[in-house]
Amino acid sequence: MTDVVIAEGLTRVFNGLVAVDHISFTVKEGEIFGFLGPNGAGKTTTINMLTTVIRPTEGRASILGYDIVRQADMVRKVIGVVPQEYTADEDLTGYENVMLCADLYGIPRDEARRRAEELLELVELSKFRDKRVETYSGGMRRRLELACGLINRPRVLFLDEPTLGLDVQTRVTIWEYIRRLKEEYGMTLFLTTHYLEEADMLCDRIAIIDRGRIVSMGNPGDLKKSLGGDIITLKVREDGDATDVIRGVENVREVRRENGGYWIKTELGRSTLPVILERLRAAGFTVTKVSLTEPTLNDVYLSYTGRSLRDSAESPENFRRHMITLRRARG
Amino acid sequence: MSWLRGLWALTVREIKKWLKDPVLLLVTVVQPFVWMAFFGKSMNIGGLLSGLPPGMAESVMGTAFGTSDYFSYMAIGMISFTAMFTTMFTGMSIVWDRRLGFLNKVLSTPVPRGAIVLSKVLNSAIRSIFQATVIFTIALFLGLRLSPSFSPVNVLLVYGAIFLFCVGISFIFLTITLRATKIEAPMAFVNLINLPLMFASNVFFPTSMMPDWIKAIARVNPVTYLTDACRQLTVWTTDYHALAVDFAYLGTFAAVLSAIGILLAMRYLSR
Repeated sequence: MTDVVIAEGLTRVFNGLVAVDHISFTVKEGEIFGFLGPNGAGKTTTINMLTTVIRPTEGRASILGYDIVRQADMVRKVIGVVPQEYTADEDLTGYENVMLCADLYGIPRDEARRRAEELLELVELSKFRDKRVETYSGGMRRRLELACGLINRPRVLFLDEPTLGLDVQTRVTIWEYIRRLKEEYGMTLFLTTHYLEEADMLCDRIAIIDRGRIVSMGNPGDLKKSLGGDIITLKVREDGDATDVIRGVENVREVRRENGGYWIKTELGRSTLPVILERLRAAGFTVTKVSLTEPTLNDVYLSYTGRSLRDSAESPENFRRHMITLRRARG
Repeated sequence: MSWLRGLWALTVREIKKWLKDPVLLLVTVVQPFVWMAFFGKSMNIGGLLSGLPPGMAESVMGTAFGTSDYFSYMAIGMISFTAMFTTMFTGMSIVWDRRLGFLNKVLSTPVPRGAIVLSKVLNSAIRSIFQATVIFTIALFLGLRLSPSFSPVNVLLVYGAIFLFCVGISFIFLTITLRATKIEAPMAFVNLINLPLMFASNVFFPTSMMPDWIKAIARVNPVTYLTDACRQLTVWTTDYHALAVDFAYLGTFAAVLSAIGILLAMRYLSR
């Protein structure tokens, strides 16, 4: 697989404030790569640099080999962007909005019409194509933005907080569209999110970004594994000590007696748990209670940044944009 | 070619937004009507002079305003008055595009940066020309007296003058708001300068009777040249020399400001 996006030491300073601080990463062809971090961590600034909206203060990046500063025009042709805000015009219809996007790319009229129909079909908005966007719900608006972002048949699609403000059900639908783009069209996707579930469920690889820096990168499973594994707690009826039995099982790292039961730290919890249960029975123990806890991305986030993803500072500018988006998402 | 496509698409977007708001459209028509009906008709300057001996009043009006009644003088002034306001506000609408994220989206497409600002300029010119047509028509109904030298072709020249004026003014406001993220400061600026621009010009009153320092402002004020050109072409007997001066000034004004504006747009839109 080739590297579609390459960033080396990408940095952006706004009036002395370092928004993005020497970040380097690569995105491989056909993968969904996610930037996970709180609001104000530098995710949107990174997307804005990669999509040629703002220039890096330092460092460089390329998309499909085109430099984002020197070959900005080429970059713009091969990428699609779905911004965080709802940028579709409320006074225009869905169809008119998609056609406007087509015009911005200079796509010939006939071809544009064909693609607009096709994309509205893809995001299931054909029925509402001639309705003004102001009548759309948050999910419909997001899907319309998606259609607009795909009008130039981009090879790389950038999505900034694609499900911001949407309810869980709508969010799942949007994820399905995103997965289809990857699976059916082999598209490379770069997205930012501050939703852990989104990064976990959707992304092949994620970079955790905090205060403008990448603090960790990898696939969600590996990141969780890097925390040292899963936690199993269990209770047995008998009074004897089962510590040694459990310790003898492969993958188990640590066993402690706690609250009249056992606290076990292990790798590959799901496949190790049945082995533990079997050995315990063979040794004459009856298990009465058992639970398995796998680390979440929030645990990963917490261990790298020292803070939970929920509480983090935010700039007024971002906050305002968020509020606008949230208001519209709720229709 | 694709340059024009993008420019056209962005301009059409603005026009559509405007046409799809019936209230806004109605206000743009009603507002000049209200001004002309109330201001134009209540300022009965001709009436002030009615005690003078026969012939005197007309002669005083003619020397001062160049028309036989104040309404005809003022109604044409309304055209530049409206063009100025419309252009100031459309120029500033880029702030909204920025706030709502539309600008960033457009910036990530291959649309030339120049086309983004030019679409705003074109939009203000199209709106102003439409409004001028409405004002002119209403004024005719309210008793505008055209000069004998008027011919329908003159209307096209009036449009040309308005176009040049709008290009210049909207570039000024685009330049001011190109990097702004809030509308408040540019709004305050508009409120600050619209009265001086309006009164230090010949829109409501001839500059010949103003103090020298106001005259000096009026002499560089593009509003003066637009108003003069419009009157030369409609209510006055055309003085071709004066008309040429008006167009030369408006043309230079538009050319210089669009050059500066496009340069700044290329620089600031790719921050």
